Amino acid sequence: MTTTARRLELGRVGESVKRIDAIPKVTGEFAYSSDLFAAGMLWGHTLRSPHAHALIAEIDISEAVGMTGVHAVLTHADVPGAKTYGLEFPDQPVLAFDRARYFGEPVAIVAAEHPEQARRASEQIKVAYQPLEPVVEPEHATEREPIHEGRPTAGHGFRDDDRPNVVRTIVIRHGDPDAQAEVSVSGVYELGIQDQAFLGPESGLAIPDAEGGVDVYVATQWLHIDRDQVAPCLGLEPEQVRIHLAGVGGAFGGREDLSIQIHAAMLALHTDRPVKMVYNREESFVGHIHRHPAKIWMEHRANRDGKLVNVRAKILLDGGAYASSSAAVTANASAFACGPYAVENALVECTCVYTNNPPCGAMRGFGAVQSCFAHEAQMDKLASELGIDPVELRLRNALAPGDSLPTGQRITGSFPAAEVIRRAAALPVPEPEELPRDPLRLPGGSGNTTRGEGVKRGVGFAVGFKNVCYSEGFDDSTAARVRLTGSGDGLAAEVHCAAAEVGQGVVNVILQTARTELDLDDVVLGSATTSSVGSAGSASASRMTWMAAGAVQLAARAARDELARRGGRLGPGEEIEVERVYHHRPTTPLDPETGQVSGDGAHVAYICAAMRVVAEVDVELGLTRVVWIGTAQDVGKAVNPQAVYGQIEGGTAQGLGLALMEEIQTRDGLITNASFTDYLIPTTLDMPPVDAELVEEPEPDAPYGVKGVGEPPTVVSTAAVVSALRDATGRELTRVPVRPDEIVGLD
Amino acid sequence: MRIELTVNGERREADVWAGESLLYVLRERLGLPGSKNACEQGECGSCSVLLDGRLVCACLVLAAQADGHELVTVEGLGEDGGLHPVQEAFAETGAVQCGFCTPGFVVAAADLLARNPHPSEDQIREALSGNLCRCTGYAKIFDAVRLAAGS
Repeated sequence: MTTTARRLELGRVGESVKRIDAIPKVTGEFAYSSDLFAAGMLWGHTLRSPHAHALIAEIDISEAVGMTGVHAVLTHADVPGAKTYGLEFPDQPVLAFDRARYFGEPVAIVAAEHPEQARRASEQIKVAYQPLEPVVEPEHATEREPIHEGRPTAGHGFRDDDRPNVVRTIVIRHGDPDAQAEVSVSGVYELGIQDQAFLGPESGLAIPDAEGGVDVYVATQWLHIDRDQVAPCLGLEPEQVRIHLAGVGGAFGGREDLSIQIHAAMLALHTDRPVKMVYNREESFVGHIHRHPAKIWMEHRANRDGKLVNVRAKILLDGGAYASSSAAVTANASAFACGPYAVENALVECTCVYTNNPPCGAMRGFGAVQSCFAHEAQMDKLASELGIDPVELRLRNALAPGDSLPTGQRITGSFPAAEVIRRAAALPVPEPEELPRDPLRLPGGSGNTTRGEGVKRGVGFAVGFKNVCYSEGFDDSTAARVRLTGSGDGLAAEVHCAAAEVGQGVVNVILQTARTELDLDDVVLGSATTSSVGSAGSASASRMTWMAAGAVQLAARAARDELARRGGRLGPGEEIEVERVYHHRPTTPLDPETGQVSGDGAHVAYICAAMRVVAEVDVELGLTRVVWIGTAQDVGKAVNPQAVYGQIEGGTAQGLGLALMEEIQTRDGLITNASFTDYLIPTTLDMPPVDAELVEEPEPDAPYGVKGVGEPPTVVSTAAVVSALRDATGRELTRVPVRPDEIVGLD
Repeated sequence: MRIELTVNGERREADVWAGESLLYVLRERLGLPGSKNACEQGECGSCSVLLDGRLVCACLVLAAQADGHELVTVEGLGEDGGLHPVQEAFAETGAVQCGFCTPGFVVAAADLLARNPHPSEDQIREALSGNLCRCTGYAKIFDAVRLAAGS
């Protein structure tokens, strides 16, 4: 380990520090968005479409309105302002009008005194649907009638693709896309729909302010973009809508899009009472976007020495009914399609389509997960074809600073891909366990009815990478405000930043940065809200540590400079208050025709991880057990090492889940497994020990050299786990999650 | 209907609708939102409480069934207002990220250690297998239980 962890309550950058919210979280005092209460509060409930695709002829609320305890029943006709919203394109109705485009789309909302009254009233709303044939096969979506009028995502500098239902198409042409080589391997890979499955359901509380405005307390990833979507739909000015961060029970991308925000605010403004909304688990599964399912065709051409010559990839992403952040996910899936390898020639074609399947958007890894599963399967296949060790093959092709990506972008900062490969490969693999053993240690655990006679062991390896921060010219900034006050014979400080604490620990990053820059222990963190500080951008894209540290560093240094100007002291009652906005260096869009970078480049920096996995497969029963995971990750600089290891372990678990068990199942667009009984996530019995090593090569452009740490483990672990299963079974295993019948019945 | 129960050593009463779960009544009527509502069908363990000393999911118990019984929730786990060793260990080891599963985990882990003060690795995994965590990958939760067992 390169980091020496020291345990201090009031830590500085680089020290392992207990989370400031740890104690209230272990005692149950921490207020999550579903725990909120206000006097006179009503409960909101959402009526959702039971159809994946249907025209809405009429909505009759007359019966529901008169029911006991009911205070409001609202439909699209009651939306005070803009009828649609969206993260990047306003293509999503606040409440469906004319047409429902996915299973679970909100159609009406109800406020009542008891949540059960609200639910029952919603059942009495009569919606006259005329079901339409849903578009559920992404491969044929471009041959069907468009499910949106007009082209919501047309323009925006995107490549022209006039086929129906295209969200975005990207073509990257690099070098000579027809270049031949001595060997070629091909494969077709598929990934099912993964859900973020955060534990805290969507929820929040809206409180009218008696002057026509509203305060919304909600679990979200980006307060200011919520405000900028909510206010126009309410017909209000941005200042009249104040979004406050309530306790967030996990996010993983699933809280980038709005959930209850506009609905609860509409009900609160309509009834002039506080309104609380809490989704149950089933509603949560239909109430947020998912990870894009994908189908990927790939061909790798290489010379006998293992050097990649040409990578050709075609990627199809199913965006579901609304655009959300699909356009950016398409860009990532394309840009990282060839993996962290130097390749002089490439042709990558990626299309994301609208369908009537569940809407997809941001989830940890954001397009890179899908591509990594495919390119790493291909690298294993190529290694086998060439008779070269899979780790050695990856080392021979590893991208390094100075190399270019297929987009033409040169890597200028830190990028220790070869180092993470070497470090992960050097981690000692545990010895095979003897049989017989406790059933808990067999594939399938206590469900295994054998003595382990059919258990085969495999070792897999994978490498993955993606960018940090936003890309393609999106203006990325974070604001922070620092107030210094005279306190006794010393100083005290308060920091405000709207960065969303979603569990990742950014509250500690902010405080550790402020304490380091101010050389002061007495620093407290104000609440995150749109009313007291500028935008922080979202807790996503592995960017929040870099951006929050950058903003707090700027503000703290400005405060310190002002303090020096005043002679280094503040008297009682004196204060210094400064707000600063941090930007990372600008990025520029990809050329729509060639997919090549222009100007500064599409990305700011890159992060990578390598992972080695030992797995056992019971080929008689089709059961698996991941025995051990070892990983080395490029983190730039660990601000709080304990939290970094936590991100790696947790991110690895999510990738393991996609490899082995997690999939939103649909039939004709209808979700059939919207519960934790039927959508499985890894438990304590599924997760092996994770030996993680941090590779700290500081990023020159970033504060303290930090990068981001949240996504790489999720990008790489799906590929690494399946690599181990392939090694154990000899099967191609081209689809995740791997199903028992794909690994059962071997000789 | 009216129910009476002992919660964290205190006598409490509540007017409840017959269909309400114990979890709903704890959270919405008794001002004890520490027990969490993550799945409300007994799959995730986030609402784990001790009912007459037995570990149960409060979402699967009707409030009416708890009438006359004794309950310990995460809010009452520590003695004399202090932290339970499991709570301290969770904070210390980094077992808490978003923390939504944490109340359920600490109640379940405290129950495990009360029954088996020195559990093996496999016993820890099995005892906590009814509790889901989406953030941590469980490694630091196991660290926390080991730390609490040693303390």
